[in-house]
Amino acid sequence: MTGELAPFADETLPAPSIDPEALPVQALGHPLRRAAGVIVLVVFALLVVSIATNKNFDFRVVGQFLFSEVILEGVVRTLSLTIMAMTLASLLALPLALSRLSESRILQSYASAYIWIFRGTPVLVQLIFWFNLALVFPSIGLGIPGTSLSFSVATNDVMSPFVTALVGLSLNEAAYMAEIVRGGLISVDAGQTEAALALGMTERRTVRRIVLPQAMRAILPPAGNELITCLKTTALVSIISYHELLGTTQGIYSVNYRTVELLVVASFWYLACTTLINVIQHFVETRFARGFVRIVPGPSLIRRVMTGWRLRQ
Amino acid sequence: MMSPIGDKQPVLSAIGVWKHFGGTDVLKGINLTVDEGTVTCLLGPSGSGKTTFLRCINHLEVVNRGLIYVDGELVGYRRVGSHLQELPLKDIARNRAKIGMVFQRFNLFPHLTVLENVIEAPVGVLREPRSDAIAHAQQLLRSVGLLDRSDEYPNRLSGGQQQRVAIARALAMRPKLMLFDEPTSALDPELVGEVLDVMRDLARAGMTMLVVTHEIGFAREVADSVVFMDAGLVVESGPPSEVLTNPKHPRTRAFLSKVLA
Repeated sequence: MTGELAPFADETLPAPSIDPEALPVQALGHPLRRAAGVIVLVVFALLVVSIATNKNFDFRVVGQFLFSEVILEGVVRTLSLTIMAMTLASLLALPLALSRLSESRILQSYASAYIWIFRGTPVLVQLIFWFNLALVFPSIGLGIPGTSLSFSVATNDVMSPFVTALVGLSLNEAAYMAEIVRGGLISVDAGQTEAALALGMTERRTVRRIVLPQAMRAILPPAGNELITCLKTTALVSIISYHELLGTTQGIYSVNYRTVELLVVASFWYLACTTLINVIQHFVETRFARGFVRIVPGPSLIRRVMTGWRLRQ
Repeated sequence: MMSPIGDKQPVLSAIGVWKHFGGTDVLKGINLTVDEGTVTCLLGPSGSGKTTFLRCINHLEVVNRGLIYVDGELVGYRRVGSHLQELPLKDIARNRAKIGMVFQRFNLFPHLTVLENVIEAPVGVLREPRSDAIAHAQQLLRSVGLLDRSDEYPNRLSGGQQQRVAIARALAMRPKLMLFDEPTSALDPELVGEVLDVMRDLARAGMTMLVVTHEIGFAREVADSVVFMDAGLVVESGPPSEVLTNPKHPRTRAFLSKVLA
């Protein structure tokens, strides 16, 4: 047997006299990728030229309004509406998620029905509904039947455009957040709950100290998405006459007819806000990644920019 | 195994424990007592109900019939006249605080450091002052040989080290009874020894232990009593010198010949 194998091995093995350094490796050229890169660059250049030379688009208008007080007020209103709506939504989401996971059939059904309704109808429809609440309930009040203990206010006094927007957005967002929180909670290994219960922790403490902090890893990425979605959805409340960023720009271009310039101004600020959210999300995710390997993807653009920024300081 | 009359009551006594999942009876009337300061090993083929019985003791599984007393208190229920009433969750948590449990898959809290894992329940459940809990935790971590890893997160430790931390975490509650659910089954063979060493030390220090295990050598050396279970019943029990060396029941003989082969 060895006598037959020996000549075979001699044929396949390279002659030992070849020097590996005399045979450098040449990388594949990828000519199609380069061609595609050139084409995209040309199209982009043409686009820039056509905008820069367009007489119908006035950059001075963009510059005039970009940092104007009235626009900045709109930005602040958009941001505060977003933050308040998301805070309320998150506060509502946890009990909704826990109800859906509870052993109680009643709580399960209530939570499921809530999510079914608020996720199943357009948020624009919901906003217009809350805006017209006074048509169905002219006054809102609390009272104990059979006693004189009661108070009541006119619906239109309470449901200002801001309150209407806040109620509409947070109730809608809560349905989505509840599902995100539920997904996070069930992603935590059941052994964690058992270990906590076996140590004598109550169910409430187990959720707060053991399950929820671990669930945050799964909750944060989609919650960041939801925050960005919510920020952009605030643009819808301009139709119920709340003057956030889009409503403010609409007010201006309905007078000066510089529609596209003002939409560019609005888009600039929406992009600035979503970028800010991305940066914050990155750092919050890092915080909740403690004790877990590789949960935030490698050196991201944000991290590289931040480290570069620190070096320059 | 039964304590003589007049002696102090056993730490654990289970009387006729029945448990079914759906239509299948997993436990069919288990009677078992564990005296203070003794080690009992539960042996038996997989599916015999050993782990389920262990989980019934701290009410992680609800018992369908029968009584379990730990340290003189009925676990999970209270007697009201002629029936048993399930306890509120808060009282069940108080039952559990006296019973330490070590799991096959360690179940350390991955978002907390080793030290935080050990002090979480003493501070949160027993309301121990943080400094006292830390001092106790450091003492326990030293005794399992992991004091220098206090500030690491569990994912930086080997399986054997994680299981030793899990033992320290359970001991931090100063339990009356320690339950071990196949504590070495998820470990690489070369890591089994370090966990068994810690358990041996614990037995020597007088801890009352109930251990579900496949480590016959450990049972022979450390156990005061060995209980062999099969198909939801206790088939045979007694000191290891009898049950392991001279089994009476054919099921025990068949199991041991397979395990020791």
